[in-house]
Amino acid sequence: MWTILWNNRIQVAAVILFAVGFVTLLLHRNLIKKVIGLNIMDTAAYLFLTSIGYIQGRLSPVITEADTAAEHYVNPLPAGLVLTGIVVSVSVTAVMLALTIRIYRRYHTLNLDEIYRYVHDEMEGEK
Amino acid sequence: MNFCLNFPLFLIVLSLASAVICSVLNGKAARLTAICLAALSAVLNTVILFYTYRNNISIPYLMGHYPHPWGNELRISPMEALFSAAFSSILFLCLLGGTMQIRQKVQQDLSRYFYVMTCLIQAALLVLVYTNDIFTGYVFIEICTLSSCGILMIRKNGRSTLASVRYMIFSLIGSGLFMFGLIFMYNVTGELLMPNVRSAVRVLWESGRYRVPLLTSICLMTLGLGIKSGLFPFHIWMADTYGTAIPGASAVLSGLVSKGYIFFLVKLIYDVFDIRVFYASGVQNVLFVLGAVGIILGSVSAMRENNMPRMIAFSSAAQIGYIYMGIGISPGLGITAALFQILAHAATKPALFLASGVLTNAMGGAKKFRNLQGSGYVHIWGGISFTFEAFSMIGVPLTMGFMCKYLFGAAAFDASVTKLVLTLAVLSISTILNTIYFTRSVICIYRLPVAGDRTRERSQTSFIFAAAVFIAVNLFFGIFGKSFIDALGNCVTIF
Repeated sequence: MWTILWNNRIQVAAVILFAVGFVTLLLHRNLIKKVIGLNIMDTAAYLFLTSIGYIQGRLSPVITEADTAAEHYVNPLPAGLVLTGIVVSVSVTAVMLALTIRIYRRYHTLNLDEIYRYVHDEMEGEK
Repeated sequence: MNFCLNFPLFLIVLSLASAVICSVLNGKAARLTAICLAALSAVLNTVILFYTYRNNISIPYLMGHYPHPWGNELRISPMEALFSAAFSSILFLCLLGGTMQIRQKVQQDLSRYFYVMTCLIQAALLVLVYTNDIFTGYVFIEICTLSSCGILMIRKNGRSTLASVRYMIFSLIGSGLFMFGLIFMYNVTGELLMPNVRSAVRVLWESGRYRVPLLTSICLMTLGLGIKSGLFPFHIWMADTYGTAIPGASAVLSGLVSKGYIFFLVKLIYDVFDIRVFYASGVQNVLFVLGAVGIILGSVSAMRENNMPRMIAFSSAAQIGYIYMGIGISPGLGITAALFQILAHAATKPALFLASGVLTNAMGGAKKFRNLQGSGYVHIWGGISFTFEAFSMIGVPLTMGFMCKYLFGAAAFDASVTKLVLTLAVLSISTILNTIYFTRSVICIYRLPVAGDRTRERSQTSFIFAAAVFIAVNLFFGIFGKSFIDALGNCVTIF
């Protein structure tokens, strides 16, 4: 059991990081910390993907004329997926931060409980 | 006729290009562009549907003629064409029926961005329906999330912004889980193309190797898409989101976006997890239970609500529960019932949101039932549309709602005795609850107002057209749905 965990230590670390990010995003009341949790979660996924794409002893996937055997190079696909994922992650982070700024300008707080209270008060006056 | 197989790619590229073009147009031109795009997509997808159904075609489409892994693939079959045509037609009707309210409730200089987002949603839905690659699906899930958030936050008030934040948080949790599941799947299969993943999954399942990561992957991807589409207990964002958004946006989100995710899940069940592996994994039982509980609790929440848009939102949570319950019942009839429910709900709920929008507008923005008394007399077409769609939701015969409930009941006879009893019990209880809260709202809008006479409001032609088409479609499939359901069952077999 411990040997399996040690052999896959990077993946285990990635899963733990993912869980930390997930819980922060779901349960933390502070909006900025939620965004941080989102980024930890995404980064953990990229760490997992990068670690499974890397094979010790193989070259980076830039084929030279001297060595054209595919088995001497690592698989370039995980790195490509990570790059795409980073673009997605940056976009959603930007939108979340924009929403956070808009919320802060209106309610002068980042605490979701306080924001709910303000919004609840606004709803009381609704028809 | 073979050239029509290029239409999906053409429509995806055109939708993305239209989003860019709309961002530099004025509001009116952007609206026209988005509506024309949705209409064109509906027509071209219908052509693909007829061509593929008549010739029994289900083929991969190589983008740029590069095979996997260098190129990307779409998969074209009658099922994909049917859902794309349905989603595009409903988007067209939502944009047409919601025109007036979008004009009234969105700042004039921002209205073009609303249409930019709808073009992006259309592109994302087309890709989710047609793609043959899981990672492409993930990227467009995120594009769909961002554009959906865009149409929510376009109103700058505090409640909309807070609803957008909640929507984003739940969506991002769903996307995160989906992505992690996808990585697990890639880790154990080494493939991203759906048919290749399915072959690898079959081999792994039969050999018993990597059983835990495989099951984890299936659970994470299912749960991720479940959270994004509002599966119980993750439906709590729905009331705020649909309750505060402009009716056109609520209609698009509830009718199309959540259904796009569920259709993608059904596609994954067939093309990635493999139908036999999925139904051997036990995940379907979890979906069945969550769906059944969601139906009851969603209906109870709707019954307790005194705000019309929020009541409809909770009713959406219950209807989503039906779809998941159908997936959980059985692979054949259960999935067919779930797919028909996707179409029925997508054709009913947007009309309800649009009708509730014009009714609340007619009463000066009032959303609570006590202030909506008599609104059915003030806005005649709003009242008619709301009443008809409410009856469809209840499951009155001759409507799509009735056909759905009938199908779920019939599908339950294919399943185990426990599931049969539970399904019939849930169907009966939910029909009673639906009847209570929808009848109450219909009585309320037709009750004579306590004080003051209100002048009758003239309905906008585009709203009348959209409402009439929604009613006609509902009646048509409610009356002549049998042959359509048989065809849907055939499409499932070549899915």
